[in-house]
Amino acid sequence: MSAPVPASTPAFALIRTLGLVSTICGLIIVGAYQGTYDAAAANRRLALERAVFKVIPAAESMVEWQATPQGIRPAGGEATAGAVKFYATYDAAGALAGIAVEAGAKGYADTVRILYGYSHGCQCVSGIGVVSMKETPGIGDKIITDKAFLANFQALDVRLNAELSALANEVKVVKHGSKTNAWQIDAIAGATVTSRAVGKAINDSAQQLLPRLVPEMEKLRKKES
Amino acid sequence: MSDLAQARTFDEFMEGIWRQNPVFVMVLGMCPTLAVTVSAINALSMGLATGFVLVCSCGLVSLVRNIVPKEVRIATYIVIIATFVTVVDYVIQAVSLAVYDALGAFIQLIVVNCIILGRAEAHASKHPPLKAMVNALGMSIGFVIGLLALGVVREILGAGTLFGFSLFGANFQPWVVMVLPPGGFIVLGAWLLLFAALKRRKEARLAAPGDGHGA
Repeated sequence: MSAPVPASTPAFALIRTLGLVSTICGLIIVGAYQGTYDAAAANRRLALERAVFKVIPAAESMVEWQATPQGIRPAGGEATAGAVKFYATYDAAGALAGIAVEAGAKGYADTVRILYGYSHGCQCVSGIGVVSMKETPGIGDKIITDKAFLANFQALDVRLNAELSALANEVKVVKHGSKTNAWQIDAIAGATVTSRAVGKAINDSAQQLLPRLVPEMEKLRKKES
Repeated sequence: MSDLAQARTFDEFMEGIWRQNPVFVMVLGMCPTLAVTVSAINALSMGLATGFVLVCSCGLVSLVRNIVPKEVRIATYIVIIATFVTVVDYVIQAVSLAVYDALGAFIQLIVVNCIILGRAEAHASKHPPLKAMVNALGMSIGFVIGLLALGVVREILGAGTLFGFSLFGANFQPWVVMVLPPGGFIVLGAWLLLFAALKRRKEARLAAPGDGHGA
């Protein structure tokens, strides 16, 4: 249509330059990925282990399992759709120390991801830890520091009903100071939304996992070598 | 002669730290400056990550400056910058997951940090690699200083700690707004006010008209 732009670079030169630069950049990225892969994977594993061992203080080692609608099996191979991941932890003697499960629910700012420990002896939640959250500093993040709130999770009742199909009592977050039952969680005053997210995360995850896990608990008793 | 060359290199280096400080003078890169400076360690890691990307990409941009046609120069610079951002992303994951989680999406967003593209376009594409990298290093240090200036103040006031160490003991009631987004604006405003006041005093003392202080 109109006259071409004067002194424009031929298309071939443009492609050649971009191709060359992209090749160099590709090599740099692959090099960096290869170089850091092991350290990054080790880091992620360590962070997970540290979080799990904090929730279950007696734990010395852990094995990853998954619970499918058909039953539980060690993780590995292809993941089944609808499977729930959990970590069986063992103490120094190789006896089951507790089960750690990751759960999440929508909080005030974003999903609050927590890790909770399930103890089969009391059929209760024995501790929680936060994996990630973006709650308001000084308000929502009290769920890590507030001692009265954390006391809710020393023995939070998550017993199953007689048919082992669901929790006998739904885990419920109640208004600050009105907890009367072992399956209730006393919310933090002023951080109700975040408190509710923790309760909902535990309830949703336990409702899904425990009916599959509890009937097959024997499989986890001893650490497999 | 070599004295002169050295003085020029030093000048090039100091430009980013003081005269053209990216945070306090050019007011560039405000997005990470305001968002990640809730603690000194975050500010430092963000500054170092950006600095690494800045120095490496300026070096590479300067190396290829003679073969890159002007029609595709911005595309080339973005590819180069994105490469080093990816590298820094991997490296931070390998070094510390805690820092990686704290910085979140802002690591990837270094790609669009205007300081880097600005340096590549305005300086590195016109100067030899060594000079470009020295200038970029100065800019990086200036950026780190800028981020730390915010991060240190916000962490001390908002959490009562510095690099994670408690400063005031258990009775300190943290000024929480400082670690919330408004605190970033308040502290940045205070710093800019201080620098503007210093500049004005210096200009008044010199009282030399027309010495080319351009905006």
